Amino acid sequence: MKPFQYMRPTDTPAAIRVKGKEAGAYFLAGGTNLVDLMKMGVVAPEKLVDINRLPLRGIEVVGGGLRIGALATNSEVADHPYVLEHYPLLSMAINAGASPQLRNMATTGGNLLQRTRCSYFFDPTMPCNKRVPGSGCGAIDGINRMHAIFGASEKCIAVNPSDMSVALRALDAVVRVSGPAGERSIAMEDFHRLPGEQPELDNTLQKGELITAVELPAPVFTKNVHYLKIRDRTSYAFALVSVAAALDLDGSRGIRGVRLAMGGVAHKPWRLGAAEEFLKGKTVTEDNFRQAAQIAMQGAKGYSYNQFKLRMAPNAILQALKTAAAIV
Amino acid sequence: MNKSLIGDSMSRVDGRLKVTGQAKYSGEYKLPGLAYGVLVPATITKGTITAIDVKAAKRTPGVIEVITPFNFAGLPGFKPDAAQPVRGLKLFNDKSVSFNGQPIALVVAESFEKATYAASLVRATYQEEAFETDFHKNREKGVTPQGGKYKDYLRGEANAYKKAPVVVEQEYLQPSEMHNPMELHVTIASWEGEDKLTVYTKSQGVVSTQRTFSNAFGIKPENVQVNSRFVGGAFGSSLRTWPHEIAAAYAARLVRRPVKVTLTREQMFTLVGYRPFTIQKIGLGATADGKLLGITHESYSQTATYEEFTENSVNCSRFLYDAANCNTLYKVVPLHVGVPAPMRGPGEATGSFALESALDELSYALKMDPIQLRLKNYAERDPERNLPWSSKYLRECYELGAERIGWENRSPRPGSQKEGEWLVGYGIGCGAFGAYRGRALAKIKIMADGSVNIQSATSDIGPGTGTAMTLIASDLLGVPAGKITFELGNSAFPMAPTQGGSSTVSSVGSAVHDACMAIRQKFAALDGQSAEGPLDYVALLQKHSLPYLELTEESQSSEQAKNYSMYSFSAHFAKVHVHPLTGVVKVMRLVAVVDAGRIVSHKTAASQMIGGAVGGIGMVLTEEAIFDDKYGRYVNGNFADYHVPVNADIHQIEAIFIDKPDRYINPLGTKGIGEISLIGVAASVTNAIYNATGKRVRELPVTPDKLI
Ligand SMILES: Cc1cc2nc3c(=O)[nH]c(=O)nc-3n(C[C@H](O)[C@H](O)[C@H](O)COP(=O)(O)OP(=O)(O)OC[C@H]3O[C@@H](n4cnc5c(N)ncnc54)[C@H](O)[C@@H]3O)c2cc1C
Repeated sequence: MKPFQYMRPTDTPAAIRVKGKEAGAYFLAGGTNLVDLMKMGVVAPEKLVDINRLPLRGIEVVGGGLRIGALATNSEVADHPYVLEHYPLLSMAINAGASPQLRNMATTGGNLLQRTRCSYFFDPTMPCNKRVPGSGCGAIDGINRMHAIFGASEKCIAVNPSDMSVALRALDAVVRVSGPAGERSIAMEDFHRLPGEQPELDNTLQKGELITAVELPAPVFTKNVHYLKIRDRTSYAFALVSVAAALDLDGSRGIRGVRLAMGGVAHKPWRLGAAEEFLKGKTVTEDNFRQAAQIAMQGAKGYSYNQFKLRMAPNAILQALKTAAAIV
Repeated sequence: MNKSLIGDSMSRVDGRLKVTGQAKYSGEYKLPGLAYGVLVPATITKGTITAIDVKAAKRTPGVIEVITPFNFAGLPGFKPDAAQPVRGLKLFNDKSVSFNGQPIALVVAESFEKATYAASLVRATYQEEAFETDFHKNREKGVTPQGGKYKDYLRGEANAYKKAPVVVEQEYLQPSEMHNPMELHVTIASWEGEDKLTVYTKSQGVVSTQRTFSNAFGIKPENVQVNSRFVGGAFGSSLRTWPHEIAAAYAARLVRRPVKVTLTREQMFTLVGYRPFTIQKIGLGATADGKLLGITHESYSQTATYEEFTENSVNCSRFLYDAANCNTLYKVVPLHVGVPAPMRGPGEATGSFALESALDELSYALKMDPIQLRLKNYAERDPERNLPWSSKYLRECYELGAERIGWENRSPRPGSQKEGEWLVGYGIGCGAFGAYRGRALAKIKIMADGSVNIQSATSDIGPGTGTAMTLIASDLLGVPAGKITFELGNSAFPMAPTQGGSSTVSSVGSAVHDACMAIRQKFAALDGQSAEGPLDYVALLQKHSLPYLELTEESQSSEQAKNYSMYSFSAHFAKVHVHPLTGVVKVMRLVAVVDAGRIVSHKTAASQMIGGAVGGIGMVLTEEAIFDDKYGRYVNGNFADYHVPVNADIHQIEAIFIDKPDRYINPLGTKGIGEISLIGVAASVTNAIYNATGKRVRELPVTPDKLI
């Protein structure tokens, strides 16, 4: 890989300053994605700003919710007793990703920002509008088995690979960032974006902005939740399709609240709003779940190698809801 | 002699070294002055290199040399008129590119990192040409391989299956599958003077590697020493000497320093072979009560344009079942891809997937139990060569396996059984692989303190060769295993064949056997006593004031191979769970029952079986190297996207040995297990999936999308 400068600031403003000033500067957290991309020649930073010494590691109960520092590792979050008890969906989603070794290194901020696993993005000899804007999309007429069925554009049909983000999207998390212009909050809904005309942009972070934390609202979905991930092998593979399902049930199996989001289907974690609307106020039945799954599929579009996702996705929604509601 | 030790369950003699990190693999020799070579791959699929700009690379600090076709001085073995020309790709010898990823330069630098960076700065310009990597599009261009071995086969009437009352005719697809051993391919080459070469390399055959280096550089074989003491898996990928190995030695001679070339995981997808993409058609015809009337097996398999690769994918159909009429056809389809290589169960693994799947399809068409169908067509002698088997206990394999897996719980009606949410199915798949024995030598030396040293230039790519040989010697000599050292992986040792084709115990074990028997004679002769009873080596040496006795024995391949057909046989039984909504498959149990003659070392043999079964699970469920034919490049050429099975994919695997000696193959009565541990696994699983779901998957691997 290309030689680069390396620095390891200990205070957040210094890190933001450098990143904001220098175009070729990248934050380095766990490095499990960035270093791979450097080795493959997909990115070539001039400077790495190692943020691991910044005080962003804590996981704290704040108000009714939870604040997860950007440097808390995936393992720390997934195994945290408070997360296990109050946000089990998040724990399940994180543990469905990567391998224990990777989760020990991977951080919350880095996970939110991991790049797509599209083969054409990863191979610098191939065309890719995300890597080199204007070079074309290799996937759209290529091997697009892993690719999007929702919200893609002519320019890009890549998917966001994160499992954690799917749960965060379902749980209405908020991303806290700090940048040259100060601090702000970005709702998960607005954090990742669809490719549209600018597939090179994965998210709405502004230049120099650092993720400092992820905040979760007061826990609601503590019991009837499930994260279902369908993949080509049992572990250590990205999702063909994944579903985060959370139900808030009353005593007579009525659905007080429901959250549904999918991974492996779009350029961002895909929230199933219409299906949620349909289920709210209904009772737990297989038929209701089946109908919700059909509703969720409206607007889906397959490509030559991923047509199967049009069948797999509703099956996965149904199965995730059944498991969350404990019906077999 | 007391109780026979052969067949014992001894732990690996090198197990401690391996788990404590003390086993030194080929890439770990830190020779003084070592330089590092990194290959630069072509980014086009076919054409000619018109120029290579190495200026930026050469300016990089730490770069010693950049070798390209523009400065390559040639090698004696690369000349077309060489007495022993090097086969296959002759790296840097000309400017043509025949596949994407073909190395076009080698950067040599002071460190791997510096060489890697400099390699990224090498710029080539090409005259590109149209290329073909699309198998389906080019299948009709398949040709019968050169030489008589692969000509069409006919017994009785061709395509007789078509006239039978019950017919199955289907096509089966095996995608390209990568060996992907854990250890990366690596070579360190070091010269003393102009004509003496020492090589540390990942190799399944130090003697054949020695020969290739000697041919390539035009130096005497005895001037080449090849070391490969430990090998971190190979599965066939190190059966031959690859271009990067020769390039390492060329570079080392050029820069006058030892040079190490390590392939990256990505480069291992293009430079060290793979199980080739193959499409097979099987036609089976039977009477209503299940007697096979005809078997037709046609196979079309991918190869490279610059070298022809062949394997025995159709052979099992000729001898595994008794059918009067049988015809086979085998063609290779040259494409602009890297050359394939034998991969565990070469040919037969691919072939048996097709044959055993078709047989299962026939069993449902006949409404007949798949085991009954196999018994009905049991070949009592080899119908291909019309010879008796040297030994065959496949019937016993069926019986034991059926009992162990609980075959009686299988429902003949697909999709009719559930455990919780999961559909349940049972399947059987069988395999056979030639039992070979080649010429091998072993040297034995018994010291005054009673310790024993045995040397043979064989390899141990993982099966536990040293362990098996130690057990044999311990048994025959009556010396405890702890006093015996078996040395391998050095071309200076007495000649042994390459470790492949499941033949090491048969070949090298026979040489060790003969050496032990001969040295017993020699000891016995000292005192004119009989070699039958126990011998006190220490006392005999002392009495005759000898420091040691030693000898070298040579063992030949079996004469009886002319009179008998020699095969190992296996029957694999699978119990699977299939999730009806998600399409996820879990191989809950695999029972492998094997007739491999006498089992010399039970523990390592069982490990072999389990390893083969895991490889089979990869082949059937997860592994597929996928090409984008627009670019001629793999889209999943890395460990994240190419899925070898992980622990979570593996449930219960049981290995059962018939453990009856073969009387004709060798003095030990062993056949071989490395290949049959995998051959037949794939069909056992797809057949079980059909039993569970009623869905017949004929294109591997069976990923979840194919079942929903
Ligand atoms: C083989 C493999 C398999 C995997 N499988 C899965 C899987 O199945 N599911 C899944 O979800 N993930 C998977 N992963 C991805 C893994 O989860 C990510 O690599 C990881 O979460 C990234 O975190 P990191 O801290 O290592 O990020 P880094 O690699 O350090 O950084 C990633 C990016 O985020 C930026 N960044 C990091 N922290 C911050 C911050 N605080 N503020 C602003 N920018 C920041 C970096 O500049 C960089 O651009 C897999 C990875 C590998 C290598």
